Parts: sequence; structure tokens; C-alpha cells
Amino acid sequence: MNAIIVKDVWKEYDGRVILEGINLEIAPRAFVALVGPSGCGKTTFLRMLLSEERPDRGTITIAGAPLPREPGADRGVVFQRYSVFPHLTVLGNVVLGLELKAAPLLGRLFGSSRRAAEDEARGMLAAVGLAGSEEKYPAQLSGGMQQRLALAQALIAKPKVLLLDEPFGALDPGIRAEIHVLMQKLWHERPLTVVMVTHDLSEAFSLGTRVIAFERRRNEPSDGGRYGATITRDFEVWPKRIAGEPRPSKKKTMPGRDDPVPSTGSLRDDPALQGDTP
Amino acid sequence: MRLINRRPAPGVARLLALIPFVLVVVAYLIGSGIRLAENPSDKLLPSFASFAAAINRMAFQLDPRTGDILLLVDTEASLYRLFAALAIAVIIGLVLGIVIGLLPYFRAGLGSFVAVVSMVPPLALLPILFITMGLGEASKIALIVIGVAPCLVRDVALRVGDLPPQQSIKAQTLGASTWQIILRVVLPQTLPRLIDSLRLQIGPAWLFLIAAEAIASESGLGYRIFLVRRYLAMDVILPYVAWITLLAFLMDRTLAVLQRRAFPWFEAARASG
Repeated sequence: MNAIIVKDVWKEYDGRVILEGINLEIAPRAFVALVGPSGCGKTTFLRMLLSEERPDRGTITIAGAPLPREPGADRGVVFQRYSVFPHLTVLGNVVLGLELKAAPLLGRLFGSSRRAAEDEARGMLAAVGLAGSEEKYPAQLSGGMQQRLALAQALIAKPKVLLLDEPFGALDPGIRAEIHVLMQKLWHERPLTVVMVTHDLSEAFSLGTRVIAFERRRNEPSDGGRYGATITRDFEVWPKRIAGEPRPSKKKTMPGRDDPVPSTGSLRDDPALQGDTP
Repeated sequence: MRLINRRPAPGVARLLALIPFVLVVVAYLIGSGIRLAENPSDKLLPSFASFAAAINRMAFQLDPRTGDILLLVDTEASLYRLFAALAIAVIIGLVLGIVIGLLPYFRAGLGSFVAVVSMVPPLALLPILFITMGLGEASKIALIVIGVAPCLVRDVALRVGDLPPQQSIKAQTLGASTWQIILRVVLPQTLPRLIDSLRLQIGPAWLFLIAAEAIASESGLGYRIFLVRRYLAMDVILPYVAWITLLAFLMDRTLAVLQRRAFPWFEAARASG
């Protein structure tokens, strides 16, 4: 159905190959995390999925149809910055998606249709934990809240595919862990295929169903930029995460990078000595 | 402590702000006193008493010849021209600025044209305006528009270009058409920035207004100044200059307040880049 199929995609900038020979099939409802060193073209790949860039060679299809030539409401996006509109309130930012759809001429709703749209937007804001901040402007929100708003704004347009470009990269670890929980919840609840670019491996593995690494196989100065990055690793995350079936939260065996230090049950530095002192 | 780290207390800051004004007035009084002591009928640096008399004559008495209060008539005529011209310039600036800044076809077609037109010295066009449009209001308004609009167009186009490209992509993923993007994303974010550049253009606008009025006019603040110049009437010219300065200053403040009130999001958004 809504699978994204990427066939032999190449991308060059000014004679430098950025991406070469990308072949990828993304199943519907997957949560794919793209990782790789900076400059490896993972953001370029995301921009191609967004139709902001076009591949020089190869094809990308969604649900069997070639990717439209410009961004559209079928693919939502959250960037690291500048995702929300500074001149609209929190509520206005979310209502905007509904207004644009319903009012082609004025881009604004009035009266009862506006109230209906606002109610829907309030519901969405509550779902991302922004209830009570409706009348604030984005500049009054913290970074984490701005990204929650960006998620709400993207999801109100009901995209089939959600593209995330290092969305949580600028957030503090604690805030990031909270928004990861939210991201998981949203992905389970809504019919979304998610493609996320991140430079944080632990984020990739804690959110994704599949982690894909982009890398240049050769990167010598003497190559003259003729070797681009391609997919070098493709992990299925285990145990399998299945959209819509959140696992009951179980104790993790190993603490994540952003988790608090686990308690060993004693204040001693050396737990090995515990219990069996001679 | 280093000079860069020393800050005046609020009261001291206000006092410091007053000092240059006081100094200018004092310097004038001294100069005027010296000249008037030598020649009581000196016209170059008249005393404050003759200013008061001139202000009373121009602003509070009916002119015996026309039966009008001259300052009022002059101010009305000048402000009408100025506001009409600024309104036209703002509309031109918004429309052309947004299409040049946002739409690649218009940028390719009009961008360099506007850049060249904005370099034409407007005063050099004044004779052409007088020839083609006559000596009436139209040519004066046109001069101000020609002087101010290209700068506004270029500034608006730059500001529109400065909007993060993510915003336009984001709007498209919400299903916005080009028209909707202009209406809901670009225009509301351009208006407060337009106020900034309009504030900077108030000075040039007055310059062109007074130039046009000086050359061919029957009313207006600039007309009056250049009329009474024939009689060396410094007692009228200086209050008129002060009045024009005050009007320009008030316009600037009004725009600043309007920007804060009408666009409460703007200051914080500008600060957070």
C-alpha cells in the first residue's frame, strides 16, 4: 500500500557526488532512523523524500506513484529549527493546517467552522502535552515545547508520511527523553510512516523499527568527490517494534545514554564486595 | 572599571540625553545675544521673543491676506502629500517586494530592474515629472513615491528572502498554495519589517517633499520656508524647521509603537533569530 520505494537514487552537487546507488524499501507504518556521519547526505536524502530536492538519477515512489515534484500535505515535516511560524500563537500554528485546507482563498476560517477547527487543534495540542499554552507565541516556549508544537502542527494535516530532520537534536537530554516517549505514542496511535534523520545512535535505536546507516565507502581527498555515500548498514531493531502495539514498559536491562544512573542499592563504590565480605 | 562597563543610572541617563539639546540652545542664545547687542535689527539669529512673535503670527493668527492660519494650512498640505505618497509607496513596496522576494520568476524578471531604478536620483527626475504631470499635487506625490518606493521594494524583497526556507516548505506540507503562503506566512511576517524600513524612509520622504514644494508650490511647509527666505525671515524658518522635525519624530515614534502593539510576537521572534 503506502510503501516508499527508492530505486538506484543518485544525487550530485556541483560535480560532487553526495549519494550514490541508494536502494531502499520502507514498509508502511515503519519508523526508519537514518544515521551517519555529518555530511554523509542523510539530510539530502530526507529533502528528496520531501520533494525539496530531486534525485539526479533513480526514482522514488510512494504507494506506487512517483513522488510529486513539490512538497505537499501527504508528507509532513518537523525540522530542527524554524518549523513553527513565529507570528502565530500556539493555537494559530495548529489551526493553520486546517484553515489552509478548508479556505483556499482567504486561508482563514470564521464563525462555527473556525470554532470546530480550534476544538480539533486543542485536542491535538492536548495530545502533545501543550494544553494551557494555546495563546502563547512560539518564542515564549522552550525548545522542547516548540518541537511538540511542530509535531502537533505537522500531524493536524494528517500526513501519511512524517519526515523528521534531527528534530530533537537541539534539546537537553531530559527533555529529549520526554519527547521520545511522546514520539513513540504518536507513532503508535496514528497511521504514520516515519523517516527520521538523527546523529544520535541511541535515539535511532530507541525510537526506530529500523536503523539505516549512510556512509561513504571511499572518502579520499584524491577522489575528487566522485564517491558518494550509500547505505552501508540496515538493522532491523530487535525485539521488533510493531506500530499500534506499544509494549508494556518493562525495566530496561541497560540504562540509555540519557537515563539517570541506575541505583545499585548501596552507596558503596564497589558493588562486587557486597555481601560476601570475608 | 573599563569605560565599556560603566552604565549611567536611569536619572543620569535622562540628564545626559538632555545635555546636547541644552547646549545647542545655550550656544544659540549666546550667538544671538552677541549679534543682537551689535545690531538690534539683526535677522540672522533672532531672539526668542521674535520667535514667539513669529509663531504667534503663523500658528495662532489668521493671515490678513488669505484669512487662514498659515501653519495649519501648510501642515495640512504637506502631510496630505506625504501620507498619500507613503501609502502608495508602501503598497508598491509590499506587492513588488513580496513577489520579487518569493517568486523566482519575478525575481529573475524584476530584481535587477528595481535595483537599477533605485539608483536613479529622484530629484533628477523632478523636471520630467513637472513636464509630464504638471505642477499640481501629482508630480510632488510622484517624486516622493519614486524616491521611497524602490528602497521599500528592495528591503521587503530582502526581508522576504531572509525568511527561513523551512517555513515555506512547512507551509507546503500543510497544503498551502502560493497565494495562501503569501497571505498567511509571508505578508504577516513582512509587515513589522516593513515598518522598520518605513521608519528609515521618513527622512528621505520629507527631503523629497520639501524639495518639490520649494521648487513649485503654493502651499506647504517647504513652500513657506523657501518663500520667507526672500525676507531673511529666520524667525519663521527656524520654528518651521523645528515643527517639521517634530512631525517627523512623532511619525517615527508612532510607527515604533504601532509595531510593538500590532505585532507583539515580533520583538521576541527577532531576538531568537
